[in-house]
Amino acid sequence: MGWVNIYSTAFDESNPSIFNFAALYGKQLFFVGASILTIVIILGLEANFYERFATLFYLISLVLLIGLYAFGKTINGATAWYDLGFFNLQPAELAKMTTALALAKYLNDIQTDIKRFKDQLYALGIILVPSILILFQPDPGSALTFFFLIFVIFREGLPLYYLSIGVTVIVIFITTLMFGTVWLAIGLGLALGLFMLLKKPSFRISILPISLRYIAIIAFSLSVDFVYDTVLQQHHRDRFSLWLRLEKDPKKMAEIQRTIGYNTHQSEKAIESGGFFGKGFMQGTRTKGNFVPEQHTDYIFSTVGEEWGFLGTASVVIIFTLLLLRLAFLAERQKNPFSRMYGYGVICILFIHYFINIGMVIGILPTIGIPLPFFSYGGSGLVFFSALLFIFLKLDANRMNELG
Amino acid sequence: MRKILLSSIILLAGLTFLARLSYLQIFSFSPNQILEDPAIKAVYDYPERGYIYDRNGELLVANQPAYDVMVIPGEVKPLDTLEFCGLLGIDKEHFVEQLKKARIYSPRLPSVLVPQLSKEDYGRLQEKMRRFEGFYIQKRSLRYYDTKSGANVLGYISEVNPWDVAKNPSYSAGELKGTTGIEKQYEEILRGQKGVKYIQKDRFNRDIGPYKDGALDTLPVQGQEITVTIDKYLQEYGEKLMVGKHGGIVALEPSSGEILALVSGPSYDPSILVGRERSRNYSKLHYDSIRKPTFDRSLLASQSPGSPFKTLNALVGLQEGAINTETTIQCFNGFYVGRRKRGCHCGGGLRDLHSGLYRSCNAFSAGVFRRFYDQFDSTGEAQEAWEKHMKSFGLGTFLGYDLPIGRPGRIPSREYYDRVYGANRWGPTYIISNSIGQGEVETTPIQLANMTAAIANRGHYFTPHVIKKIGDEDISIPKYTEAKHTTIDKRHFEPVVQAMAEVYNMGTARWLQVKDLDIAGKTGTVENFTRINGVRTQLTDNSVFVAFAPVNNPKIAIAVYVENGYFGSRYAGHIATLMIEKYLKGDISRKDLEKRMLEKTLEHEYAKPYSGQPFKINERAW
Repeated sequence: MGWVNIYSTAFDESNPSIFNFAALYGKQLFFVGASILTIVIILGLEANFYERFATLFYLISLVLLIGLYAFGKTINGATAWYDLGFFNLQPAELAKMTTALALAKYLNDIQTDIKRFKDQLYALGIILVPSILILFQPDPGSALTFFFLIFVIFREGLPLYYLSIGVTVIVIFITTLMFGTVWLAIGLGLALGLFMLLKKPSFRISILPISLRYIAIIAFSLSVDFVYDTVLQQHHRDRFSLWLRLEKDPKKMAEIQRTIGYNTHQSEKAIESGGFFGKGFMQGTRTKGNFVPEQHTDYIFSTVGEEWGFLGTASVVIIFTLLLLRLAFLAERQKNPFSRMYGYGVICILFIHYFINIGMVIGILPTIGIPLPFFSYGGSGLVFFSALLFIFLKLDANRMNELG
Repeated sequence: MRKILLSSIILLAGLTFLARLSYLQIFSFSPNQILEDPAIKAVYDYPERGYIYDRNGELLVANQPAYDVMVIPGEVKPLDTLEFCGLLGIDKEHFVEQLKKARIYSPRLPSVLVPQLSKEDYGRLQEKMRRFEGFYIQKRSLRYYDTKSGANVLGYISEVNPWDVAKNPSYSAGELKGTTGIEKQYEEILRGQKGVKYIQKDRFNRDIGPYKDGALDTLPVQGQEITVTIDKYLQEYGEKLMVGKHGGIVALEPSSGEILALVSGPSYDPSILVGRERSRNYSKLHYDSIRKPTFDRSLLASQSPGSPFKTLNALVGLQEGAINTETTIQCFNGFYVGRRKRGCHCGGGLRDLHSGLYRSCNAFSAGVFRRFYDQFDSTGEAQEAWEKHMKSFGLGTFLGYDLPIGRPGRIPSREYYDRVYGANRWGPTYIISNSIGQGEVETTPIQLANMTAAIANRGHYFTPHVIKKIGDEDISIPKYTEAKHTTIDKRHFEPVVQAMAEVYNMGTARWLQVKDLDIAGKTGTVENFTRINGVRTQLTDNSVFVAFAPVNNPKIAIAVYVENGYFGSRYAGHIATLMIEKYLKGDISRKDLEKRMLEKTLEHEYAKPYSGQPFKINERAW
């Protein structure tokens, strides 16, 4: 189990560099301890315990999420925490794990047929309920992570048709913003025409559905501007325009970099200044100067970039990629469908965090505030990510005992 | 397909990240970005600027401390505003406004509240300062002038502009640099090298300690002091004499080319461009469009030299064999150019080299000039030969002295006239005015002085310069220590020098004799014109005088140019002999003459063109 080492090394090398003062550092160390304790407990429990009580866990976490509206503590505008004295508990982190469990259990149910529309709705509901509760905390970043669990359902047979529609919608949305409807229509028309000319005569397609789809795409594209201008709020628009480099005027761009794009700009600059080898451990000038906001949480990756350079960042990316691929491999070899589905849930959750976080820090995705698993400061995050992962490991370790 | 979907996405994401990271960290990375890093502040430690001494070791320019009252708005505690304002000598509204401005700039960073307090104000404030939290005093160094003159030659320092910063990376915004004069010319030496400390900052710009524990910091290197060739007292005296007169005085030491005095009138006290009143005073000087005090006339005023130029024409005539010392030319109280008569003041009669020069006979000079041109096959060739001779005296060039400004003057070339009149469509009669230093010839006072020094040396000169010592070492710059020889043979100089001595003994400057001092000189009375509402109008003649003394062992060569001073012997001659007497004797025996020069001004002459009324020129009465 090579990735356990990977996990712990990544952990050790990044943690001390995150913190300027003992309090955060000490706390995080405490959570490392807590995580280890959790891991021991998880590994100690019987494997089918998780499947059996999945629904209960799920319900508990829903209750906790609802309870937030009454007893929650507000930090940075989001009522997402329970104040437990020494630390703050974030039930959303728990919900990620329990939702993955519940989803796996539901899909594994003998009566569930994912090809049925009704069951598709149910599965979607399991994901949507906690995510909506979180969305209104408001914590849209965390809510978003739940959507990625849909991939678990895809793995289990949800038609890929849904996925292709989703991807198409996103692509159209982005291209419309970048090039405008007219160019999109022309480009698409040209591509279609070219395709018609070059295709083999034997390959027949009917004109009507193609035309209908073409018209539908254009219509959607036309609606994008409307949605963009009226439904989205200004700070969303700013993030999009920053992300897609929509602003061409360098003066305004500089203005944006000072204001709404400050975080991204500073973190990009910090990473850039690291160069290939980095400035060395504890030598990050921008890190020391606290130039990157939220650097110990969401922007932890910029510290890695500045202090460890390309070597460090590339290692982290490679480690995460290997870890995720390894998990995918493990999931595929599970004999118990529940374990496999849960494994996919773990992958989805880890991946979406890793993808959005690093993408945001290096400026290729819009700003969405979610932590980098195992790196970012945060107690519940660390404990639950560990739990998430180790429950799967326990299941994996148990697969020999399962009946084929 | 379903099995590898997620894995493919994971791989794709990983590759995308690696691509972006390598773009950021490998391609966009520039290694030398310590100064671009917002987290590192370079704090400069400025060395003291070098002092400037005169040729006799008298202090000219030093430094003085000034005290800025600084404020960090965020740390200001409630205070007794009235008392504080009283100590600073400002009113309360001003105080409140400044504090507000500082707070807008930054509550955490220091801003200047009151700049450049004097020593006296500082003394009163010092002991009470600790009671006012959030305020402190920062010392800075300003220039201190131990003389009230020499503003044009010493120059001033001012803050660098963005252009300087872009051009020269060793400057950064807010630093001071020499902007004119010696301060500019010897900037590198005077400035020294600033030291730098790198400070680690946080995002509020607060200091959080030295960067890498000061491993990259450097210490400042002190600016060197320099000694210049200017004679402080001669310079001061020259400026006193020029009060109320426009023009320039340049005094050189012929044996070395050292500039003893470089006076531009009117001048100003260099101290007024230092300290709190600086910008107000500068505007005043800058916008004085009649007196133009910031225009250094000694280096920049390119005007007709007038009669002193006759000496050069005579030398050229001698050199080319157009005349010899015996040649006589008839003066008809003037001379004829074709059928037109041009006047002469010499009294008429037969003129040879000697009397032609000391009486400043126009007819003689014109005759020499024509004979010279007639020797050549074509006027063009003659003009080329003439130009070569004239340029060998440093006329028509920038001379190469070590001050940052200058004008080349004009020694018209063959091409110049070909352009004006058409090729070969001009002859000596077209340019006859050049023979008497009018016409197209233009010189600056320093060129006139240099020309005089070349005559004084009987045929060579040293490039004028102001630098004498850098630190304790005498300069040994070949450019300034090697003689430049004119194209005129040494033997031709003596008769001309004798004629110039006669100018002073019995010629146009005989009123100006100094007891026990033999001076060789030449007066010049230069017609000049201006445009008033587009009409070419003649103004009172410019008064010019060049001289050197003693005749046989010249210690000083001087050129004085006084605009609209009428006769050469009137203002310029007076001033020149006073300067020579002052330099060689130390004090003035001709007190009445000195008094007259100190008191007389030409403001009434300079007011004439602006009066809007018709006016008389060249009035007899002083």
